[in-house]
Amino acid sequence: MSLDITTSGTVKLPIYMDYHATTPMDPRVLEAMLPYFTGKFGNAASRNHSFGWEAEEAVEKARTQIAQLIGASAKEIIFTSGATESNNLAIKGIAEMYRERGNHIITQVTEHKAVLDTCKRLEKSGYRVTYLPVNADGLVDVEDIKRAIDDKTILVSIMAANNEIGVVQPVAEIGKLCHEKNVIFHTDAVQAVGKVPIDVNAMNIDVLSLTAHKIYGPKGVGALYVRRRNPRVQISEQINGGGHERGMRSGTLNVPGIVGLGEACEIAGKEMVEESARLTKLRDRLKAKLEAAIDYVHVNGSMEHHLPGNLNMSFVYVEGESLLMGINDVAVSSGSACTSATLEPSYVLKALGLGDDVAHSSIRFGLGRFTTEAEVDYVAAKVIDVVLKLRELSPLYEMVKEGIDLSKIEWAAH
Amino acid sequence: MAYSDKVVDHYSNPRNVGTLDKSTTEVGTGLVGAPECGDVMRLQIKVNPETQVIEDAKFKTFGCGSAIASSSLATEWVKGKTVEEALTIKNTDIVKELALPPVKIHCSVLAEDAIRAAIGDWKKKNGVAETAEAAVAAK
Repeated sequence: MSLDITTSGTVKLPIYMDYHATTPMDPRVLEAMLPYFTGKFGNAASRNHSFGWEAEEAVEKARTQIAQLIGASAKEIIFTSGATESNNLAIKGIAEMYRERGNHIITQVTEHKAVLDTCKRLEKSGYRVTYLPVNADGLVDVEDIKRAIDDKTILVSIMAANNEIGVVQPVAEIGKLCHEKNVIFHTDAVQAVGKVPIDVNAMNIDVLSLTAHKIYGPKGVGALYVRRRNPRVQISEQINGGGHERGMRSGTLNVPGIVGLGEACEIAGKEMVEESARLTKLRDRLKAKLEAAIDYVHVNGSMEHHLPGNLNMSFVYVEGESLLMGINDVAVSSGSACTSATLEPSYVLKALGLGDDVAHSSIRFGLGRFTTEAEVDYVAAKVIDVVLKLRELSPLYEMVKEGIDLSKIEWAAH
Repeated sequence: MAYSDKVVDHYSNPRNVGTLDKSTTEVGTGLVGAPECGDVMRLQIKVNPETQVIEDAKFKTFGCGSAIASSSLATEWVKGKTVEEALTIKNTDIVKELALPPVKIHCSVLAEDAIRAAIGDWKKKNGVAETAEAAVAAK
């Protein structure tokens, strides 16, 4: 731990409340991984000695642990370097494999860039991609998907839960529709796996991406679930060299990472119900405190279909980066342009039909396994304090309070 | 992103926050930027009609820490200057004083615009020609 950590009352500062970005490793996961760095260092592909067998056994155990969390069978799990690779492998691999059948892919505008950028790349090589809009609550309309499917559609890729606004998409309905229409259904379930129940059979999911570091496992390891029956989904390999992972993903397996992913999945499966209830309560506590003390707050995304640990709020008339600066002992994210590399406000918030000004004012709170009630109370008090201070500084807040309609002003955009 | 000590100081202790009565003739108001762009500055000056010295200045800013600091600094700098002197303040002076990184230069540009807009508004209210050169030409 770094030395600049101080304590304030019962909380340790800084407070981490950005669990959608990444999670700390659960000590139990680390403990499971450690032997595989040193004593049990074998290559899982070494078939002719005990070092290899030991590694292979560990990998197969992890495969089972992962499969159990999502209701799959172990043989349907392919290991990757993380969710970006899983999404690339799924979408490019399916597009290439089913090129004869069609060239049309359906996705939505609020997907992670690992999906959107992959689709854009495919558009350059002759594929047609439909980017569906979402409703004001962040949910995709299943009827829109139905209408978009045509005889050239080979793949629908819709995320299970959104990384910014935490909304959980109607995955089961989408899966049912895709199976009826004989279209492959891929879901980027990075934020959902281990947080909300996922069952690939009950939900008719054909291909699913997940990663370890969002569920208290290590960075640099993920998995792709690929359905083997009803229907059997085939994927063209994107990395060549040795034919590991049923030929779909070559490369020596990251055994310690895979062991960590497996352990993380097992813990998540055992503790999901309890953890989800606890986080929902904490999240609602934070939301209630903020809403009670601050006017002009806007909750982004459906709260009805929502991840337990997510809260995305806009504190209108206060710019997000200035708010982050004021709460600098709390680690959260903002949809403000000033905090992004592109200087554009969050495309996810814009997709909800929010004005850029509301997107600029948004903060994403991500609560997780190690978040405490004392931390929530500290963060709420701090955010309230800083928002009220910045509202005193805000010409927009003053104008609105005076009854001026900001939309009627001719702003000089720059 | 790491902020310079001066930006943090202005953000934590902004100078001259507030509102002047924009209906009076001595007060000039500049409102620049746009909510969609993530920054709006309102800078107001109160000018002595005899000496044309800016006797008071107030601001309110919706924007990032650098935007708040740039406008706070601008109010400090214009106070005590004549309107013509205040017009010589350049955004690059603000960049230098606050050690703004390239990505925040637009905050300083907006602060310079705010000064100019406030002075322009005051001049318009008081029938003063837009620039010194124009005033000379008018004679």
